[in-house]
Amino acid sequence: MGKLAIETRGLKKSFGKTHAVAGVDLAVSAGGVYGVLGPNGAGKTTTIRMLATLLRPDAGEAQVLGYDVVRDARSVRTRVSLTGQFASVDEDLTGVENLLLLARLLGYSRPRGRRRAADLLDAFGLANAADRQVKKYSGGMRRRIDIAASLVVPPELIFLDEPTTGLDPRSRNQVWEIVRGLVAEGTTVLLTTQYLDEADQLADRIAVIDHGKVIAEGSSGQLKASFGAGSLHVRLRAPEQRAEAERVLAGVLEVQVEPSADPVALSARISDPERVARALAELSRGGIDVTEFALGQPSLDEVFLALTGHPSEETPKEDAA
Amino acid sequence: MNATSAEQASPPVTEDALRGVLLAGERPPRPGPVSTSLTFGWRALLKIKHVPEQLVDVTMFPIMFTLMFAYLFGGALAGSTQEYLQFLLPGILVQANVMITMNTGITLNTDIQKGVFDRFRSLPVWRPSPLVGALLGDLVRYSIGSAIVIMLGLVLGFRPEGGAVGVVLSVALLLVFSFCLSWLWTMLSLILRTPNSVAGVSMMVMFPLTFVSNIFVDPKTMPGWLQAVVEVNPITHLATVVRGLMDGSVPAGEIGWVLVSSVLLVAVFGPITMVLYRKKK
Ligand SMILES: Nc1ncnc2c1ncn2[C@@H]1O[C@H](COP(=O)(O)OP(=O)(O)O)[C@@H](O)[C@H]1O
Ligand SMILES: [Mg+2]
Repeated sequence: MGKLAIETRGLKKSFGKTHAVAGVDLAVSAGGVYGVLGPNGAGKTTTIRMLATLLRPDAGEAQVLGYDVVRDARSVRTRVSLTGQFASVDEDLTGVENLLLLARLLGYSRPRGRRRAADLLDAFGLANAADRQVKKYSGGMRRRIDIAASLVVPPELIFLDEPTTGLDPRSRNQVWEIVRGLVAEGTTVLLTTQYLDEADQLADRIAVIDHGKVIAEGSSGQLKASFGAGSLHVRLRAPEQRAEAERVLAGVLEVQVEPSADPVALSARISDPERVARALAELSRGGIDVTEFALGQPSLDEVFLALTGHPSEETPKEDAA
Repeated sequence: MNATSAEQASPPVTEDALRGVLLAGERPPRPGPVSTSLTFGWRALLKIKHVPEQLVDVTMFPIMFTLMFAYLFGGALAGSTQEYLQFLLPGILVQANVMITMNTGITLNTDIQKGVFDRFRSLPVWRPSPLVGALLGDLVRYSIGSAIVIMLGLVLGFRPEGGAVGVVLSVALLLVFSFCLSWLWTMLSLILRTPNSVAGVSMMVMFPLTFVSNIFVDPKTMPGWLQAVVEVNPITHLATVVRGLMDGSVPAGEIGWVLVSSVLLVAVFGPITMVLYRKKK
């Protein structure tokens, strides 16, 4: 894990007055998943486009797999694949035509290209949809063909730009499984996301970016320690037990516990999810009946609040570029 | 609903299957510029197959123009529709092709905005190949347009003295010129933001270019200064060549003129287009 797959220093890109990327330093080790987490407009896509040699940085340097993205763009392109945020295959063509097109462009003969396309469609559960136009695919199928298209020649490094935005939970899980499978085979994955739980589930290390700058970097555990792991919400059977429950929770969790407006509910910001089970056990031992409890992940907004002291201005939505 | 049922039926992506395709992947030798351009040309043909509506301009323009000019102006300009058709048809053929090249820019502008161009540009292939391929695919559109005009002409009574050879040669030359001219629209499509503005600007170039020529009338009837403009318009030379070949003569000097202007079009607009393409977004 010592080798760096991506290294950037002071990477910058502006569009007119917008400083889309305002000095990004990244060090991504080879193997594993690196997550770039940030709200819409943070500069994730712009960063990826520079790393994939599609955009020339205004300033700074970037090496991908040891090659400079400006001077050695061609070497970078032969070793990486990009799965863009929007429509990264031709929607008018069918699934098999798209893969065959890429296979031919990458040097496969027509028969070998056909075989490769069929194998990929099979592996991604798209064999039934091979001859259907991609514009008629569902969101989940669409994402799978996008990723399959990036694997026609297996890359050493793959960029996935918001691979699960707008997907239903089941399709999202499939994409996660694909990402894990890629990593198991030694591919380095850099993915961007607006979802904290996604970065948490998949990424070995996470860079949180906002306004084109990295505002926090570390493993999921390190980041969580810095902004808390979320909140515990508890409902009791009897309102008169609330004061006692509050005392027990505060004791085990070692944080402030807030009584809610609802007379039987309580909530607490937690820093260590491990203690939650112990806290619940402690309540039951004390004879306090809990009718309901929920563990909430901190939202991206809470994370931003914790990191920057200001809420993220733009709430995640799909339409903006 | 169709998509959903297929989704449910589809097996999940298993780690084994994924490992299989990752291990089976090869890294074949990189294909050359001709091969990748032809592959992109194949993509353009597939798009015609899946979206045949895009041929509307290729079919409607030429039919409309031929009928309109032959019947509306034929009598006034040449005494009779039949006589005028003999003069007009080669000209209309030129105009139809030039009109269709304009659509190349509009289509490309729409295409380049799409995410898939990011993928193309991130591939280790000769960089102009997506553009060259798109323009090669358009040759099919020009051929269809030409065939329609010629067929309509034959039905209406146009008789080329040059026979099949003359017709084929003139169409071949038209295709060469159209391919070269389309670099101008490609350049415009990279400068202008929306397909609409590309269409607008193209029209502004197109109308003077085709009307201030010898396509519709013999320039002898025009004022002297206008004749001078018509004389330097490459479209005039193209129309003269097409008329000549269809009439059974070989206007060698004029053919040279057309070939030189074709080469010049690519030499000027090709490199500008590529610089713009490289810098796009
Ligand atoms: N081609 C462009 N032209 C002008 N502004 C752009 C362009 N691409 C991105 N931006 C702007 O740069 C900022 C960062 O965008 P982007 O990198 O797409 O963010 P993200 O992917 O994190 O949502 C945004 O304010 C966006 O509007
Ligand atoms: Mg983005």
